Amino acid sequence: MTTRKNVLPGFNLSLGYTIFYLSLIVLIPLSAAFIKTTELSLHEFWAVVSTPRVVASYKLTFGASFIAALINAVFGLLTAWVLVRYTFPGKKIIDALVDLPFALPTAVAGIALTAVYSNNGWIGSWLEPHGIKVAFTPLGVVVALTFIGLPFVVRTVQPVLEDLEAETEEAAASLGANRWQTFYKIIFPAVWPALLTGFALAFARAIGEYGSVIFIAGNMPMVSEITPLIIITKLEQYDYAGATAVAVVMLVISFILLFAINGLQWWLSRRNGSAL
Amino acid sequence: MSIKVPSQYSSYQAKVARSRATSESLWVRWSFIAIMLAFLTLFLIVPLVAVFTEGLRKGFDAYLAALIDPDALSSIKLTLIAASIAVPLNLVFGVAAAWAIAKFEFRGKSILITLIDLPFAVSPVIAGLIYVLIFGLQGWVGSSLIDNDIKVIFAIPGIVLATIFVTFPFVARELIPLMQAQGKEEEEAGLVLGASGWQILWRITLPNVKWGLLYGVILTNARAMGEFGAVSVVSGHIRGMTNTMPLHVEILYNEYNYAAAFAVASLLAILALVTLVLKSLVEWQSARSAIQNEQNFS
Repeated sequence: MTTRKNVLPGFNLSLGYTIFYLSLIVLIPLSAAFIKTTELSLHEFWAVVSTPRVVASYKLTFGASFIAALINAVFGLLTAWVLVRYTFPGKKIIDALVDLPFALPTAVAGIALTAVYSNNGWIGSWLEPHGIKVAFTPLGVVVALTFIGLPFVVRTVQPVLEDLEAETEEAAASLGANRWQTFYKIIFPAVWPALLTGFALAFARAIGEYGSVIFIAGNMPMVSEITPLIIITKLEQYDYAGATAVAVVMLVISFILLFAINGLQWWLSRRNGSAL
Repeated sequence: MSIKVPSQYSSYQAKVARSRATSESLWVRWSFIAIMLAFLTLFLIVPLVAVFTEGLRKGFDAYLAALIDPDALSSIKLTLIAASIAVPLNLVFGVAAAWAIAKFEFRGKSILITLIDLPFAVSPVIAGLIYVLIFGLQGWVGSSLIDNDIKVIFAIPGIVLATIFVTFPFVARELIPLMQAQGKEEEEAGLVLGASGWQILWRITLPNVKWGLLYGVILTNARAMGEFGAVSVVSGHIRGMTNTMPLHVEILYNEYNYAAAFAVASLLAILALVTLVLKSLVEWQSARSAIQNEQNFS
């Protein structure tokens, strides 16, 4: 690599402003959460974040997020596959509509899903006779989290499927592989890092989600109360230290996920880069 | 969430002219399409349609009355104010960050990119909480704010700050990969011809990335107007004062005033649909200019 002198101007100004604005809006406020928790001793901190009600909320938040991300992995892969490989009327509209959860405010999604999946809603009234209750149960949390995570898997898998070389599939077919064997041995190995990245993105988004969930969850302590709601409840009781302690637990988990996702994406781009 | 180039898969389909060996039987294809449509109908289309039918349930007059209610109007105004401050600020930041990251090499660059992504990883509720910890009554600067009679939390500045936080990375994330791909030869040529730094930015760099920039602004704006969790924590829910549109929807809904709640929600749903249309147009335009560039080269 040659160390050519960069002649373009504005490096100090642009980097300086970037770091200044980043610190002001993100880094200093986030550090406030960590500094605030130091008001609690380690023992007090542990007591706050390990009460049964809080632990029940972790289980619901992570469990429902995991199931929702899994649903999205399966149906997202199918959706990306259909959008890339098949043609059908209205395909462009469907393709654009996949991004609706990015564009629709979460509160709107929350009340709409509640209306549709409650006992007298369009879908809920049809599920009720089969003994399936969605709204105001943990199942409702899964539905809301599936909605908000829906675009992630589709949008990470879609470009990888588009770039797939047809020759390898033709070669597999000419060597006697049937369609399922070709998918399982040729296509899936190429797609799965993207699938995993999409899964992780949907999971990470679901963990922090608040707006769409609180309307449909019913918010019963120990049963259908998510962790972000615990933070809100503690804040409304002016228990700032307690709210922050729970927030710090979530922040640490989110940061670990963020680094894992960045690592995955780096791996993904390297894999695709070397394949070309 | 970056711009995709749809031309890729139309050429892909031409390339593969799908022989029987590399495609599925008609029966499999249509059942895949049917399963996908059923999934999207259950999770996307039915809820979207429900917003409008629930909003119009009590008739068009009630729908209109819910929208021109003074509290609704003031919530619309506040939403527009918050977005009109947050979007330009994050736009300027995005351009500055992309310029530094895409055009220069420096140590710690990948850490900086990860830090810019941080707000995506933080729960909106926590985004609100951290500003309460700083500007709230018991916060770091809370008492000095009271002395000077400045309100941040439970007031408009807090709402704006929370909105800036949750929309922080969008423009930067769109621009960084785009400007990296553009390289810096054109800018260097401009410099040799005697252009100043600002002239290079205005006449070369920004026109080159205009579609990505627009795309980032559209996403930022949609998220800014629709943010709920973060704004909910810092707003204090004062009717007609510190309620944004999503918060107004929540209040109406919790008062069992469903028709009015869905009426206001339908405005936000229209905003989302307009966002999707604009987004598709931008993708289409950028794909077209990419093809034109290719043709110019060959």
